[in-house]
Parts: sequence; structure tokens; C-alpha cells
Amino acid sequence: MSDNPLIALIIVIAPLSLVALGGASAIYAPLQHQAVDVYHWISGREYLELFAIARVTPGPGSMLTTILGWRVAGLAGALVATLALYVPSSALCFVVARVWNRYRGSRWHAAIENGLRPIGAGLMIAGGVMILRVEESGPLAWVMAFAACALLIWRPLLHPMLLIGGGAAVFVALRALIG
Amino acid sequence: MQKNVTPVSLLALYKLFFGVGLFSFGGGLTAWFHREVVLVRGWMTNDEFFSGYSLAQLLPGVNSTNMAVYIGQHVRGAAGSAVALAGLLSGPFFIVIAAAVVYNQLVELPGFTAAMSGIATVAVGMIFRIGMASMKGTVRHIPSMVALVATFVAVGLLQWPLLPVLLTLAPLSIAAAFMHPPQKAPHE
Repeated sequence: MSDNPLIALIIVIAPLSLVALGGASAIYAPLQHQAVDVYHWISGREYLELFAIARVTPGPGSMLTTILGWRVAGLAGALVATLALYVPSSALCFVVARVWNRYRGSRWHAAIENGLRPIGAGLMIAGGVMILRVEESGPLAWVMAFAACALLIWRPLLHPMLLIGGGAAVFVALRALIG
Repeated sequence: MQKNVTPVSLLALYKLFFGVGLFSFGGGLTAWFHREVVLVRGWMTNDEFFSGYSLAQLLPGVNSTNMAVYIGQHVRGAAGSAVALAGLLSGPFFIVIAAAVVYNQLVELPGFTAAMSGIATVAVGMIFRIGMASMKGTVRHIPSMVALVATFVAVGLLQWPLLPVLLTLAPLSIAAAFMHPPQKAPHE
């Protein structure tokens, strides 16, 4: 453990950057353990609050580490925590992307690309289904999701802001009517 | 092969990712990237985009930041990656801090949680649409369809842990694609 809060933030967060396989959900449990039980930066209840805040604001949900850094050491803490989480994984991704694009055209490159593509498609649809389950808005959520999907098939270049604004408006209106 | 001859300016790259980052509620980010980079700007082909998506999934880190790094690298190399990542995160960085400061007032706002749910469901619709777009060229290739359905069932329905599923299915799917390459599908 380090007494300097900025160094402590790096020590806690940077390793999580490289173990976050399959996205941010892999880091929530280990980060909670470090922040709450080991370093006593915040309480368990506060951690859940950070989670909720990151969920309702734009940006990746993993930006809860930004707020954690803010709570621990102000603006410098927020900056350090954000960089510690995103720089290591991004550096790795950059190197792999470069190598990847250099070998475009070879047979094994095509095989990897063709082999991974349906898995990526399966993951996208699975991810969508999981969000709908967590939302707990029942059949309405499914109707809305399929309606948005149908609209995009009909008008592929429809601006996402229109969809997002429409989705928010429908839910607010229905919540006001039904209570 | 890039379609455009003049290189994309770093400022244009920053602006694009800053804009998408600001409105990236609820997780429709990949769909939004696809719209801007493939459909509107033509910086990448469908194939290049979706192969980057698979890489972003397999590598550690958040999908959206990995995707930004991949797109930035493709368009403008190292500087492009750094600019795309900075653009994506710089808006949300300040918003998330501001939201933390006023969080208690925020959830009291009438309709706030409902609006957030509405946004999330629409984002799912965007994800479904792009999932379908990436399936194009897959449907007539049996090993690909098997891999797609197996991934969806294991992760989406059975909710098995992602990593073992990927480490099992990815090598099998790649081997199948190596031995029986799918026919090239025409681009959208």
C-alpha cells in the first residue's frame, strides 16, 4: 500500500486495465474490494452509488473509476484514475491492431477474421438481450428495442440522437401516464 | 485499402469521437461508430470494421475504447489512436464528475430514471441492427451460423462466463473458417 493517493490509485487500477477481459464488468468486483475493504476510500454503499452514476452518464460504465479518483484526490485523482484504467489496455490494443492490419490479405488473417466475425455478432445480440433483462421494464423494453431496430433497417442513416430522444420521450410519457 | 485519398484530419477524428462520446448513453456505441465510420464517412469497409470489433472483444479493456483505438489506428496510426481515445473520453470525464457532485438532485428529477431506461432500450435496438449487419455473409456459411448461435446461447441465454466461452469457440470457429472459407459477401 502506498501513502500517496495518486500512486495508490495507479497501483490499484492499472493492473485491472489488463485483466478486464470481455469488457468492464470484469473489473467491478476486484475494484470494489480494493476501494472499500483494502484502502477504505469509500463505503460499499457509496461504491454502488458510483456505479449508478456511471451508468446514467455518457461514456463507458467503467468511468466509475474516474469518480472514484475524484473522491480520493480531486481532479488530479480523477485524471490519474482514468488514465490508469484506459491507457494500458489501449496501448495493447494499438499494438495488436497494427500487427493485425499489416498481415491483411494472408490466408490465416482471413480465417481469423471470418472465424471471429460470427462470434462478435453473437456477442452483440447477447449483450443487447442482457441489457433488456437488467432494465426490468418488461415487454415494453423489447417492443422499443425491436421498433428502433426496424426503424434502422428501414432508414439506416437515421440519426441516433433522434432515436435516443424518442426512446426517452416515450418512456417518460408512459411512466407519467401509468405512474 | 482506404477509400479516401486525403488523410483524415486529427481534428475531424477528435470531433467525431467527442460527439459520439458525449451521447453514448446506454451502450449503443458500436452501432454509432459503425454508422459514422463505415456508412457516413467510408473510412473503413464493413469487413475491416467487424474484424476490429472482434479484436476489441477479445482483448482486455472496454469495447468502446478498444474500438476507438482500432479505428484511430486504421485512419491515422498512433496519433489517430490517441486522439480518438482522448476524444471519446474527454466529454464523459467532466460529465461523470459533475453528475457525481449533483447526483442526489439528479435522481429526484421527475422522469429521469424513465428517460434513462428509454435510452437504454433504444440503444439495444441499435445493437440488434448492427448485430444483423455483421451477420451478413454469415448466414449461408454453416460453421459461421453454428458459431453465432452457440455464442449467443452460451453468453446471452445460459449466461456462462465470457472468457471460457470465447477461448473454446474462437479457435474452433477460426479453424473451420480456415478449412472452409466462406464465400465473400457483397458490401452493403
